[in-house]
Amino acid sequence: MDVKAFEIIEHNNPKNREMKDISSPDDEIVKVESILERSPPNPKSLIAILQDLQTEYNYLPEHMLILVAERLGLPLSQVYRVATFYNAFSLEPKGKHLISVCLGTACHVRGAPRIVERLQDVLRIEVGQTTPDRKFTLQTVNCLGACALGPLIVIDGKYYGRMTSTKIEKVLKSCE
Amino acid sequence: MSERIADHVQLQRWREKIIASQDPKQVCIAVCCGTGCSASGAGEVMAAFEEELQKQGLGSKIATRTTGCHGFCERGPLVVIYPKKIFYQRVRVKDVPEIVTETIRRDNIIERLLYVDPTSGKRIVYEAQVPFYRYQKRLIFGKNGLIDPTKITDYIALGGYSALAKVISEMAPDDIISEIKKSGLRGRGGAGFPTGQKWEICRKEKGDVKYIICNGDEGDPGAFMDRSLLEGNPHSVLEGMVIGAYAIGAVEGYIYIRNEYPLAVKNFTIALEQAREWGFLGYNILGSGFSFDVELIRGAGAFVCGEETGLIASIEGRTGEPRPRPPYPAQKGLWGKPTNINNVKTWANVPLIINKGAEWYRKIGTETSKGTMIFSLVGKINNTGLVEVPMGITLRDMVYKIGGGIPEGKKFKAVQTGGPSGGCIPESLIDLPIDYEELTKVGSMMGSGGMIVMDEDTCMVDTAKYFLSFTKEESCGKCTPCREGIDRMHYILSEITAGRGKVGDIELLQELADYVRKASLCALGGTAPNPVLTTIRYFRDEYEAHIKDKKCPAGVCKALIQYCIDPDKCNGCGLCFQSCPQGAISGELKRPHSIDQEKCSKCGICLESCKFNAVIVR
Repeated sequence: MDVKAFEIIEHNNPKNREMKDISSPDDEIVKVESILERSPPNPKSLIAILQDLQTEYNYLPEHMLILVAERLGLPLSQVYRVATFYNAFSLEPKGKHLISVCLGTACHVRGAPRIVERLQDVLRIEVGQTTPDRKFTLQTVNCLGACALGPLIVIDGKYYGRMTSTKIEKVLKSCE
Repeated sequence: MSERIADHVQLQRWREKIIASQDPKQVCIAVCCGTGCSASGAGEVMAAFEEELQKQGLGSKIATRTTGCHGFCERGPLVVIYPKKIFYQRVRVKDVPEIVTETIRRDNIIERLLYVDPTSGKRIVYEAQVPFYRYQKRLIFGKNGLIDPTKITDYIALGGYSALAKVISEMAPDDIISEIKKSGLRGRGGAGFPTGQKWEICRKEKGDVKYIICNGDEGDPGAFMDRSLLEGNPHSVLEGMVIGAYAIGAVEGYIYIRNEYPLAVKNFTIALEQAREWGFLGYNILGSGFSFDVELIRGAGAFVCGEETGLIASIEGRTGEPRPRPPYPAQKGLWGKPTNINNVKTWANVPLIINKGAEWYRKIGTETSKGTMIFSLVGKINNTGLVEVPMGITLRDMVYKIGGGIPEGKKFKAVQTGGPSGGCIPESLIDLPIDYEELTKVGSMMGSGGMIVMDEDTCMVDTAKYFLSFTKEESCGKCTPCREGIDRMHYILSEITAGRGKVGDIELLQELADYVRKASLCALGGTAPNPVLTTIRYFRDEYEAHIKDKKCPAGVCKALIQYCIDPDKCNGCGLCFQSCPQGAISGELKRPHSIDQEKCSKCGICLESCKFNAVIVR
C-alpha cells in the first residue's frame, strides 16, 4: 500500500479522528513509516513491528494492522491472530496512566490479590479495563522479577513496592 | 575505533594490557543496578555518588561502576566499595554525602548502613561475610558484581572469551562436545536433558544450515535469574553461544528475550555490538575461519513460547503454538533446519566448563546433577534474592542458612519449585537434597529455578488455584486436554475455595489431572497438574477442611473466613473505623470496636491498619 492509500484509511477511521489532538495525520504517517522501516519487510518481522507500534501508540489501531498486513504480504487474519495471541498487544486504547499489578507467585503469597481487589474498588473498573475518563488502565502481569518488593505495582514504569491496600489511594493521587 | 582480535595470542595481549591499566588499589564504588535495586532507587543513588564525588573534588580519583544484579535484592540498593569490599545495604540518596566523606575520604565504616545478621545480631562489614553470600557458590553469577555489563573490557579482564579462544585454537568440535558430555551439564531450563548429548544430536544431523537459540523467555512467575544474567553479564551467555555454535556447526544464532526485560534487551544488544566489533562474533571469529552471528528477538509475552517448538514458531513471526515432537528441533527446527535450543544459564555454564575442565566441574554437585544452580528465593522469606548453590544442597540450608528463615516468626509450610510446572514440597521433606531426580521424585521439578517459600498464612488450595489460573490463561488453546482440562480443574478449585466444594472433588481433580498430564501436546499441559497433585498429596487435610468443614485454615479464601475484632486487644483507637471503605466497623472511641459481617467485604484493610493485632481472621 502506498502512502496515499494509507492517508485514505487514516482519514476514514473514526478512531483516528479522535486521535487528532495528539498528533496530526501527517506526523503519524511519518512516525508509522519510520517504525516500519526499522525491520525488514518480511513476515518474520511481524512481532517486532507490532511491538514497536504498541510502544508508540499504547495500542494497535485497526488501520495500522491493515497497513502492516499489506506491507508484509500477510493475510490480515494472521496479523490479527498474532496481535491477539500475545499479551504485549492491545487492540483497545489505554488510559493516560497504566497500572500493572504484579501477580507473580511471590507477590501472590504476599497478598497481591487483595491489592487488585482494592484497585478495582477504588477505580470502579475490572482488570483489563480503562476508567471512563481515560485516566487509568488497570492490568495484571505475571511476574516483574522484583520479588523482594512484593506485593508490587508499577504505574507508568515507576515501581511501588511493599504495597498495602491502605496505601493505594495515596499512590493513585500522586499520579494525577 | 577498535581492531578485531585476530587470534588467541592477541586476545591474551589485550587482556594483559587491560589488567595493567587497572590499579588493584583503586577505590571504586559499585552500585547494583539490577531491576530489583533499580526499583528501590539505585539509579538515583548512583547519580548522587557521581555528583557528590565531583562536589568533593574526587571525580577523577574515585571510580564508580554500575553493575548488574548482586542477588541480595531484599536489602537493595546495594553498594560495595572496592578494593576492601565494604558492603552497604538499603542505601538512600541522603546517605551518599556521608559515605563519600566518611568512608571514601576518612576510611571510616558507617555502622548504620551495614547488614545486621539477624541470628547473631552482629553488624557485618564485608560482602563475603554476609550469611546470604557465605553459603553460596557463585560460579556463574559471581562476576555480576565485578563488571559493568556495558563494558567488554571488564569481562575480558576477568578472563572473558578465553574459553572461546581455547576451543578455536586447541579443540575440534567433537572434543568440545565430549568435554560438555563428560562435565554432566544438564539443561538449566527445567527438563534437565544432557546438554552435550543435545549438541551431538544436532551436530550429527545432515544439513549445511543449522541454528542455535538461546531461550531467554523466562516466563515462570517468581523466577528472574535469566534476566539478571542477561542484564549483569551478557558476554558470558554470548561466549557460551559462540562456543556451542562452533561445536554444532551453526551459522546463525538467535536469542529470545522477554520484552518485559528492557534492560536485558539493552545490555545484550550492546554486548552483541561489542562482540562484533572486537571479532568474537561475525565473519572469521578470532581468525579461525568460522563465522557466526546472533540476532536478538524480543518476546511478546506468552508463557508457552518457553516451549521449544513454540519459541521457534514465535521467532518465525507466528503465534507461539507448540507442535507435536518428533521431529525434534535438532532434526527440524527453525525454518525447518536442525536447531539446538538451550536456556540462558546452560549457555553461561559452557565457558566455565571449557576453562576449568569437565573433571573439575564434575566434582560439584550430586551423582546425577552436576555444577551449580541459580535459584530465585522469594515469597515468605527474610532474604529474598538470587542464590547460586551447588546441586545437592538441602532445602533446609536454602531456607534457613541462606534465606534467613521466615519473616515475623511465622511457621514454615512449604516450598514451591519449578513454577507452574512444579509442585509444593512440605516441611516434612525439608532435608531433601535439591537435584533434578530428587525434586521429580517428590512430585515437583527443577524448572528454571524459582523457589517460592510459603508460611502458615498461605493456603495450599488457593496456591493450586493460582497456578491453574496462570496455566489456564497461558495455554495456547491448540490441544483440548490442556485447554479444557485445565479450565475444568480450575473451576473445581474455584468452587472449593468459594465454599461450594463437594465430596468427591479431590478424586475428580486427580482423575482430570491424569488425563491432562498424559494427553496434552506439550510440557505446558503435561506438567500443569503438578501443583494440584502435590498439594493434594501433601496437604489433603486442607482440601478436606475447605470441602467438609467449609473452613480455610490459612485464612485466605474470602468466602470461608470472617474478620473479627478481639475485644481484649482492641483499645478503640478508631483507626480501623476510619479506614474501612464499607463503613462496616462501629464502636465508641476508646472502647472495643466490632465488625458488621453483613457489610464487611473482607478487603482486609482493617487487618493492615490495626497496630495492636486486634483484628483476627477466623
